[in-house]
Amino acid sequence: MITRRRFLIMAGSALSAIALTATQAEKVLAAFAQPAIDQKNVKWGMVIDLRKFNELPQRKRRRVYEVCKEIHNIPVFPNPKDRVEWIWASDFEHTFPEQFNEYFEEQFKWLEVPVLCNHCENPPCTKVCPTNATWKREDGIVTMDYHRCIGCRYCMAACPYGMRSFNWRDPRPYIKKINTTYHTRTKGVVEKCTFCVERLEKGMEPACVEASEGTFMFGNLKAMESEVSKILREHFFLRRKVELGTEPKLYYLL
Amino acid sequence: MIEYALRGGRYYWTWIAILIAVIAVGGASYYYQYQNGLTVTGMSKEVSWGLYIGNFTFLVGVAASAVIVVLPAYLYDYKRFKNVTAIGEFLGASAVVMCILFIFVDLGRPDRVLNVVLNPRPNSVMFYDFIVLSGYFLLNIIIAWSVLAAKEKSKGYSTWLKILIYIAIPWAISIHTVTAFLYGGLVGRAFWNTALMAPRFLAGAFASGPSLLILSLLVIRRFTNFDPGYDAIKKISEIVAFAMVTNLFMIGAELFTVFYSAQPHHLEYFVYLLFGLKEGAMYYGKFVPWIWTSLILGIVSAIMLIIPKVRNTPRYLAIACGLVFISIWMEKGIGLIVPGYIPSQVGTVVEYWPTIPESFISLGVWAGGMLMFTLLAKVAIGVLTEGVVEEEEVEEEEVEELEEELEEVVEEKEYRCELCDAVFKNIDECCEHAEKEHKIAKASCDMACVEAEPTAKQYKCELCDAIFDNVDECCEHAEKEHKIAKASCDMACVEVDEE
Repeated sequence: MITRRRFLIMAGSALSAIALTATQAEKVLAAFAQPAIDQKNVKWGMVIDLRKFNELPQRKRRRVYEVCKEIHNIPVFPNPKDRVEWIWASDFEHTFPEQFNEYFEEQFKWLEVPVLCNHCENPPCTKVCPTNATWKREDGIVTMDYHRCIGCRYCMAACPYGMRSFNWRDPRPYIKKINTTYHTRTKGVVEKCTFCVERLEKGMEPACVEASEGTFMFGNLKAMESEVSKILREHFFLRRKVELGTEPKLYYLL
Repeated sequence: MIEYALRGGRYYWTWIAILIAVIAVGGASYYYQYQNGLTVTGMSKEVSWGLYIGNFTFLVGVAASAVIVVLPAYLYDYKRFKNVTAIGEFLGASAVVMCILFIFVDLGRPDRVLNVVLNPRPNSVMFYDFIVLSGYFLLNIIIAWSVLAAKEKSKGYSTWLKILIYIAIPWAISIHTVTAFLYGGLVGRAFWNTALMAPRFLAGAFASGPSLLILSLLVIRRFTNFDPGYDAIKKISEIVAFAMVTNLFMIGAELFTVFYSAQPHHLEYFVYLLFGLKEGAMYYGKFVPWIWTSLILGIVSAIMLIIPKVRNTPRYLAIACGLVFISIWMEKGIGLIVPGYIPSQVGTVVEYWPTIPESFISLGVWAGGMLMFTLLAKVAIGVLTEGVVEEEEVEEEEVEELEEELEEVVEEKEYRCELCDAVFKNIDECCEHAEKEHKIAKASCDMACVEAEPTAKQYKCELCDAIFDNVDECCEHAEKEHKIAKASCDMACVEVDEE
């Protein structure tokens, strides 16, 4: 039996629920209607100055990798085979195997090279995805829809740089401190670096760039006057496995 | 038709029970994997495909057996293959089901599998693979079932069925080609990135699928009363021989190109596979014994198959086919998938070996496919042998009838001497009698001896006009009905002529 009082309570809560969803829907719609980035005139790119980066103390270099883990709720698993990483430290030999030779200067051999998704202009990983769960945005960022990914790992087979990670197990218990402003992933989906697209939309630089103390540079490659464009015009740079025609947008200065 | 699968002897049910037990173990392992994630497998960030995708790749090849049998039987109206067609197609369908299951158990989010259809991306090879595999499964099941149904009702094939059969032939080629493109199209994996991938797949497929079919047919020949015909097996074994040689040739061509040109990024995968890699003090070579076993088995089986004498002996053929199957399973299975990941994209060497849950799940999928094939083959054999049994029965009945007729003829054809009314069992006795008694030459014996009319004598009870076949019955009747003692039965029973 529904009493008058009970009916009023129910009606009231239903109305407020509708109002609440309406405001949330407005927010979501607003986010779509006014993109923070003018995607057509932007092509994001990153330059890493390896010499300057290696001059940083180890504590500061580590911070670059750690800040990414903290912001993006990246788990740390006990077993290395399960690991999930968006940016990590590699060395010159493994990052640029085709450049490496025995007469290379000693300093190059021991160079720490940060590797992350290259956000290729011709990404081999996106075209193989059977469900459209990963794609290249107009501004050049290769991104993921974690809700659509079926976990077939074809993109991991396709990526020539090994920059994609799979959640072999439930990541949530292994996140040190959950950042409630960013999403977590479920087990069974692939994830990767997104050039901190959520920060770019707020007008901020990617987290690793911010933590790098000026050794990482980030900007619009389409704009002639941007810092990255200027540097690339004036310096010799390396990109990973250029012979594959993937056109990485991550540039390394030596 | 389905009822044939429910009838079987002790061996049949034992086999089914074993398969179900293996499926149960596999199912439990899958539940464990579903709960804990794919971390329970040996796969890692570096080697992200393993035993599941290896088996999937191999089984796409096995599904070829259907086309091997369908193609000559229908395209050239090749009669010798007709008996094994349905079995081959069911084998193909079961292999495709295993393929789909292996993809499914490999998915991180199996609950979202329908996204492949709901959000398809037309330039993904995997999307096409999904389509061609599902289509191939449906085609095989529909065709084989309809072929059997037509056979059971002893009708010809309807037009739509023939059209489906013609569609199935290029379709079978497509499943291998698309699966090969799945790997061959990846620019970042030099181990797979070769145009030889699709032809190598086809050659391997045309060897492994039919060799499994031959093994199944040999088992069927042994344990059931269905004989697929050794002619068909012989013909298929020739196909296996050619395909296996082609397969080895292509492996050789691949190895020459890689080792002679020695492009480092192509070379390192093959060095890992064939000889193992050294990194500092560490040696990585888990797949070295694996691939050499496969190559040696492959070469031995090819030699066995090339020699006609060996190929045509069922026992050696079975061994050769078993070797082909194992060799290609090792080489086109994880032997093709795992080395594509080693060394990794960042140059590090992380090895892979399947774990126990992973192996149990794979065994479970294999058992599932075998169960499906056993049930379908049982139906096929049931339908195919039922016709044979009926024909044999008909023949036997006819023979019996003929014999009976003959006996009757012998009994009935008595000969009578017309001159003295004596009756003889056959014409010779009659002629002898005529010569002796009536001086009639044997040559003109027919003047005296004529066929005696069959004299079917019946007895009639004079008291009530009832008719009996013999005197005893009549006497009994007379005793019962008319109280006439058997001794004086002749009072009542008299002989009567027929009519």
